Amino acid sequence: MDHLDQLEAQSIYILREAFARLKKLALLWSLGKDSNVMIWLARKAFFGRVPFPAMHVDTGKKFPEMYAFRDQYVKEWGLDVRIEPCPPIDAVDPTLPPAARSAARKTEGLKLALAKHGFDGLIAGIRRDEEATRAKERVFSPRGTEGGWDVRDQPPEFWDQFNASPPPGAHLRVHPILHWTEADIWAYTQRENIPIIPLYLSKNGKRYRSLGDADITFPVASAASTIAEILHELEQTKVPERAGRALDHETEDAFERLRVSGYL
Amino acid sequence: MNIQLASSASAHDLRAVPPELVQGQARPQVRIVIVGHVDHGKSTLVGRLLHETGSLPDGKLEMLKAVSARRGMPFEWSFLLDALQTERDQGITIDTTQIRFRTNAREVVLIDAPGHAEFLRNMITGASQADAAVLIIDAAEGVRDQTRRHGYLLHLLGIRQVAVVINKMDRVGFSHARYREISDEICAHLDGLGVSPTAVIPISARDGDGVAARTPQIGWYVGPTVVEALDQLAPARQMDELPLRLPVQAVYKFDDRRIVAGRVESGALKVGDEIVIMPAGKIARVKTVEGWPVTPVSAPQGAGRSVGITLDRELFLERGDVIAHSSALVRDTRRLKARIFWLHDTPVTAGATMLVRLGTMESRATVVAIENAVDPGELSSVGTRSIGRNHVGEIDLSLAQPIAADTYSDNPRTGRLVIEVNGRIAGGGLVLSVDAGARGVPVDIVPVESALRPDERSARFRHKGAVIWLTGLPASGKSTLARALERRLFSRGGSPIMLDGDTLRAGLNGDLGFSAEDRSENIRRLAEVASHLARNGHVAIVAAVSPGFADRAQARRIADELFHEVHVATSAEVCEARDPKGHYRKARAGQIHGFTGTDGGYQPPTNAELVLDTGTKSVAEATDEIERMLAQRGVLFEELADLAANI
Repeated sequence: MDHLDQLEAQSIYILREAFARLKKLALLWSLGKDSNVMIWLARKAFFGRVPFPAMHVDTGKKFPEMYAFRDQYVKEWGLDVRIEPCPPIDAVDPTLPPAARSAARKTEGLKLALAKHGFDGLIAGIRRDEEATRAKERVFSPRGTEGGWDVRDQPPEFWDQFNASPPPGAHLRVHPILHWTEADIWAYTQRENIPIIPLYLSKNGKRYRSLGDADITFPVASAASTIAEILHELEQTKVPERAGRALDHETEDAFERLRVSGYL
Repeated sequence: MNIQLASSASAHDLRAVPPELVQGQARPQVRIVIVGHVDHGKSTLVGRLLHETGSLPDGKLEMLKAVSARRGMPFEWSFLLDALQTERDQGITIDTTQIRFRTNAREVVLIDAPGHAEFLRNMITGASQADAAVLIIDAAEGVRDQTRRHGYLLHLLGIRQVAVVINKMDRVGFSHARYREISDEICAHLDGLGVSPTAVIPISARDGDGVAARTPQIGWYVGPTVVEALDQLAPARQMDELPLRLPVQAVYKFDDRRIVAGRVESGALKVGDEIVIMPAGKIARVKTVEGWPVTPVSAPQGAGRSVGITLDRELFLERGDVIAHSSALVRDTRRLKARIFWLHDTPVTAGATMLVRLGTMESRATVVAIENAVDPGELSSVGTRSIGRNHVGEIDLSLAQPIAADTYSDNPRTGRLVIEVNGRIAGGGLVLSVDAGARGVPVDIVPVESALRPDERSARFRHKGAVIWLTGLPASGKSTLARALERRLFSRGGSPIMLDGDTLRAGLNGDLGFSAEDRSENIRRLAEVASHLARNGHVAIVAAVSPGFADRAQARRIADELFHEVHVATSAEVCEARDPKGHYRKARAGQIHGFTGTDGGYQPPTNAELVLDTGTKSVAEATDEIERMLAQRGVLFEELADLAANI
């Protein structure tokens, strides 16, 4: 088994554990490269079908290419898709800096969707290497009734035994690709020939490394116009993946504050 | 961490690259954890290692130095890791972070684990993922309680590769004597646990001595530097050489395939293999290995693969079963002994009940006895009758249901367990011994299949195989209905066979009494016989009080899709008034005890396929209803044409 085989097998194991142990699951589909890999892994785990809904919490501010991608692959992949809107910006904590406040809309949208559907498990495509607070995550991560994350009181998790019993009213986040890196995602996307949104590839010397709302996400300088070139670029770069995501950089703790209150 | 890792250009690149590492080829990955007493310098060592291997993102060091200056505090290497705001405020690491970097010979995934006793659950979460460990000790403070505790936990987590690092040598003037003193003490402690350190390295993480370079200050030291020690670590142990263990995660029926899904924990499996499903000991062959997008898959499936297989026969199996080869069976047991660490506030005591998870199996368990409970941080080990928080000990467990398990020494993957309290993992440990169950080891059992196909019989009988399970209070009319149904089906050319609970007790179940355990076994045997008949195309009509919900659920699992439950829900008053066998009268007179009709022990079904009240319906009407239900569910049919086409 090579490195990608090992990552794949571990992710499939996690997805199957979630499906076996939780009653009402949904997969959070952000349309980005990570959640597309996750859907691919779910289809591998369950032999071609995704046996739970794919939920897109839609800020309404994504790139047109992202919506086109969504509408095409909902059909091709046979997804049971749930598109959930986000509340207006006025409903969001006004003490957050502008970009973080914008991103926090998604957290509010997520909370509303949770209340509406009563999911007890949300599968999310976050990775440890993306961002410092995500490095602290468990694979099965309990959330409070308000969707909050108590980083100080996480249960132990070892030997692939997961805490899968959320208290009444709370839910679990399940992170099947927590152990993957950005380079792993691209190498696997290339190997498996998984479709991607073209914004990830260089056009006029720029490309997006990470996709979010169109107004707070910026491209990076890059000549990589194929996945192979992206992989080569990642070998060389020391710039963090989320450098183009404004919300990460407004204050030192903006991202952490978002996550404690339920952001992905 | 958002540390993108990075080129191998680094200070130690001048050393020879091992010949197996041609440029561009993947280095073996090792996952290491750095553990030790709080403040002995773990985070500092990690920060220094990242710097020495050229792994820091551009500007990260300068940014943190600027942040430190702004806050009016001196820069510390550990700030690199203390990425969370809350941690910087408190100055301690509260959870594990994973950082990747490269040495000349290894792709290293570094797990930083907190040293504070408060956060032992986080240390375990981090360390459990490691192939090897670095145990760090402050040269001035020496071996402390948390040093010993972490050493003990490494042993319990199954980590056998341990490098010891004696840090802050600058504080003791790089004294060789002090180094030897600490080295002797920690080596003695680890030897006692069966762990021999791969190296004991004197360093100053802050200044860099011994990390990547052998400086003059430690000129008396001849062993490897930390980076060299990392280069020598062996990657994760290969499980392919061990016997096959495939714990079942789930059985999927998304389409006409019945796919058994799970991960091969050890050994390998391929199409055509004869397998044994434990703990029940049922035998089958692997018909196909399913995949997606390509299926079926012909290559053997080795350890670590998540697979899906179909079997050559319809067997009942469920999550928690373990698939093995008959040549090297996993043991089935309801008793096992484990050495555990405990993380919950409430100590474990004898008599406590808890939930045990081993692989994908879960079972209620009772602690029968506790031995050798110790605080691994203390020097003297005083045995107690309970295992407290952050302590270790050996427990003897009695499980509510048989499970398949190995000892840890036989198979690390299927020989370890976790314990849950109130839905939260509260401890874990290694299986020391397994008391094999009373069941004989079914090495020589090879079921012979019938010469007839099921459709040959159904074409003649005009019905499919089925188990009709009649449950209800004594005297509710089960046997009467069973006899009427038997006659009805036989008259239309079918092959009904009645299994009456009392009749079977005279023979097959003559060894069983009326204890809860014996009643369960009685039901299990009825279900096994009935489902055997049903799988061979007959309609088995079971008439048995079968009062327990769990026992009937087990019967349903055994017969699976062939099971049709009929609740004969005649009221208790009507039953007692009938009393054809005189049992109600005797029970009321105190002549028989534990009689289901009068002790309120009957648990009515909540999901029966049919509910009948013989107090308001004639026998013929009730039989009609059962017949209708069987026709609706496709068990009975009139037309032969479709089936005949398939013969």
